Amino acid sequence: MKALQNLFDKLKPNFEKGGKWEKFYTLYEGHRTIAFAPDITTKAKGSQIKDAVDLKRVMITVVIAMIPALLFGIFNVGYQHFIAVGEEATFIDKVLFGAMAVVPTLIVSYAIGLLTEFTFCVIRNHPISEGFLVTGMLIALVMPPYIPLWQVALATIFAVVIGKEVFGGTGMNILNVALTARAFLYFAYPAQISGDQVWTYLGDKAAVDGFSGATALSVAFQAGQSGEPVTAALAAHNSSIGDSLYSFANMFLGFIPGSIGETSVLMILLGAAVLVGTGVASWKIIVSGFAGTYIMGLIMNAFAVNEYMAMPAHYHLVIGGVAFGIVFMATDPVSAAQTESGKWLYGLLIGFLTVIIRVTNPAYPEGIMLAVLLMNVFAPLIDFYVVKANKKRRLQRATV
Amino acid sequence: MSKLVKLKKGFDIKLAGKAEKQIEAFQPAQTFAIKPTDFVGMQRPKVLVKEGDTVKAGTPILFDKKLEKVLYAAPVSGEIVEIKRGEKRKLLEIRIMADKEVSYEAYDKFSDSDLKSLSKEQATAQMLKGGVWPQIIQRPFGVVANPDEEPKAIYISGFDSHPLAPDYGVLLKGQEKFFQAGISILKKLTSGQVHLNLDAQSEVSPAYADVQGVQVNKFEGPHPAGNVGVQIHHIDPINKGDLVWTVNPYGVVQIGKLFLEGILDASKLVAVTGSEVNKAAYVKTYVGANVSTFVNGNLKSEHVRVISGNVLTGEKIASDGYVGYYHHQITVIPEGDYEEFLGWIKPSTSKLSFSKALGLFSFLNKGEFKVDTNTHGEERPFVVSGVFEKVLPMDVLPTYLFKAIISEDFDEMEELGLYEIIEEDVALCEFVDPSKNDLQEVVRNGIELLMYS
Repeated sequence: MKALQNLFDKLKPNFEKGGKWEKFYTLYEGHRTIAFAPDITTKAKGSQIKDAVDLKRVMITVVIAMIPALLFGIFNVGYQHFIAVGEEATFIDKVLFGAMAVVPTLIVSYAIGLLTEFTFCVIRNHPISEGFLVTGMLIALVMPPYIPLWQVALATIFAVVIGKEVFGGTGMNILNVALTARAFLYFAYPAQISGDQVWTYLGDKAAVDGFSGATALSVAFQAGQSGEPVTAALAAHNSSIGDSLYSFANMFLGFIPGSIGETSVLMILLGAAVLVGTGVASWKIIVSGFAGTYIMGLIMNAFAVNEYMAMPAHYHLVIGGVAFGIVFMATDPVSAAQTESGKWLYGLLIGFLTVIIRVTNPAYPEGIMLAVLLMNVFAPLIDFYVVKANKKRRLQRATV
Repeated sequence: MSKLVKLKKGFDIKLAGKAEKQIEAFQPAQTFAIKPTDFVGMQRPKVLVKEGDTVKAGTPILFDKKLEKVLYAAPVSGEIVEIKRGEKRKLLEIRIMADKEVSYEAYDKFSDSDLKSLSKEQATAQMLKGGVWPQIIQRPFGVVANPDEEPKAIYISGFDSHPLAPDYGVLLKGQEKFFQAGISILKKLTSGQVHLNLDAQSEVSPAYADVQGVQVNKFEGPHPAGNVGVQIHHIDPINKGDLVWTVNPYGVVQIGKLFLEGILDASKLVAVTGSEVNKAAYVKTYVGANVSTFVNGNLKSEHVRVISGNVLTGEKIASDGYVGYYHHQITVIPEGDYEEFLGWIKPSTSKLSFSKALGLFSFLNKGEFKVDTNTHGEERPFVVSGVFEKVLPMDVLPTYLFKAIISEDFDEMEELGLYEIIEEDVALCEFVDPSKNDLQEVVRNGIELLMYS
């Protein structure tokens, strides 16, 4: 390790003031602090010791929490492919096929995102922040199994620049950066990220006869239109190529088409356990998010005028991206509500809005993305009232 | 009415090197110093002595031009050997070479019965003259109290919950009489009550057992339960326009002695603590003692930081520096100026953390921790939310308060409760902050904005 340290020491003069690469000091520092925890000590006055946790550790914890969803996503892309084209394949085949589709997306999202981030750090001369470690992974996980890589790159640049850097960088953004990327693609290039055709990656092969790429959400929506019970429609879906592909168990375990990381509720809950266990994400947001979804599902049941509204409330929890959105997107501490009581309301409203958008809005089959973005915007308002209540308590105390 | 307050939020930092409850005969300190920088809010210190002058214990040597009535006295008798100044002639230290035998400036002496008839004015005058007034700190702002004002109440925290903090049972042993006299004097200074706040989890120390004339409150929970600011918040919070005073139990004893014996007795016990000292014990010395005789030859390793006070609120001093005026403790811990390969990701059970993020298994470790001064990361904007709230047992929104201060929003600072807080109350926030901001400094800056605007 001494050798690496020496190498950094040797390079250092070039990056310091007056050196030939002084503008890139932040890059030098960023890389050195990844290799070695820095030798900074506490100030003479104030806390003389500091907690062992830092942002790097917090962020890497979130990345680790997403790994089960990523690995399952890679497998599932292959699994869905071979079902759709009607071929038998081994587990290894499925994983390899999935990896070929997913890994390039992941690489592009990280490479382009970091490049954008580094450029801004150099221009604005602020330290490289760890935030993108999480964002890069999130962007890849909310993409469909196959999407043109230039679109991933474009969306990533848009999200980092417009979603984050213009507000001042990590910690200052209003909207969740990864969701900004997805929303950008959703509105700019809808053909590649919505509809029934994009959720199963066929490659250059043709699907078997009778195959429909519709997601569970879209099946449910169609059922609502045609007046068929949703559970029956889900059970009958693609019955020509397999039995009960959209059973509740399959949807919970994740053997359904969808964005790379969103399908397996089980794997996402595993990630949630990591996040809550380590205290990195707010359990309040996760619990209230799921509760909000379920409660609004029940309300829809109570006032059902069509079959979609009558869909059992617990189905809302396993179809689409609700679980992924609540566990990994809504809990982003920067864009979420920051007061403890505000977090309950924030999560609850995300759940409510998701179901409302899903069930009552014909244009958008999935509601979680818009619900989270909308609540990102409203989070400061929630906090405003929580803070105001705190001030009011203090003021009342004074006058009594 | 005795009140029992149970606090849940907070964090007890378990460090290695707690002082044994015995007094160790270290070589006595030769020099002593009064550091104007210890008195937060002292703006224009003026020295009353010259180098070469001889003083007695209790001789006024310093005052603040902004608060002229309050005199700061020499803790020991001897010769003024150096008046140390820093940049722009800022006064840093007044050093006294102590006599072998301490002689005292004589002040009026009162018997127990005299004390009862003493008026508020007489009491104040004696305290100002005798150099014990700086023991009284006012809230809001945490600065030395103004003798012309009258506080709503006076609060004494009877215990210290900081890491490796000295046990007040040891510090106050045999001082019961003086403690009671000090309380009687303080009672004269306020129309309200004198509150004595005790630790509900430990036995009541003898010094507090039979105290008359105080309102006793008990607090239970992790640090910062012993912080007087937290206690005030749960007894009768400070609002805009309120004024309360706080006194450390040691200060109460000093006040009592000034009246019963007519001297300024600045002798005190200092706990020598920390993972890097061989012998962690108490030492009997005086206010402002030079630490070199307690530290030199008592160290386990070379590369250490000597801290006057505790690891959360203390101040780095040289290994031949002086104990702070208000401190009863020095802590010696390893200096942390090293790089650690992949230190931000490596799993460890020996790294102390409030958090359980990746690889931090310190919660499994039930033992004591050896912690150095490394920050374990660089400064970042606030990202993680909800951490400060877990270690501040007050109805205050710390993140919003810090942001209000940083953006210099005066209304917000007031409304969010800056009057209730001083540095020590947010020390744990500073410790747990993953973004490594210097929050105690932020709070002091905010207080200064409010005070001087």
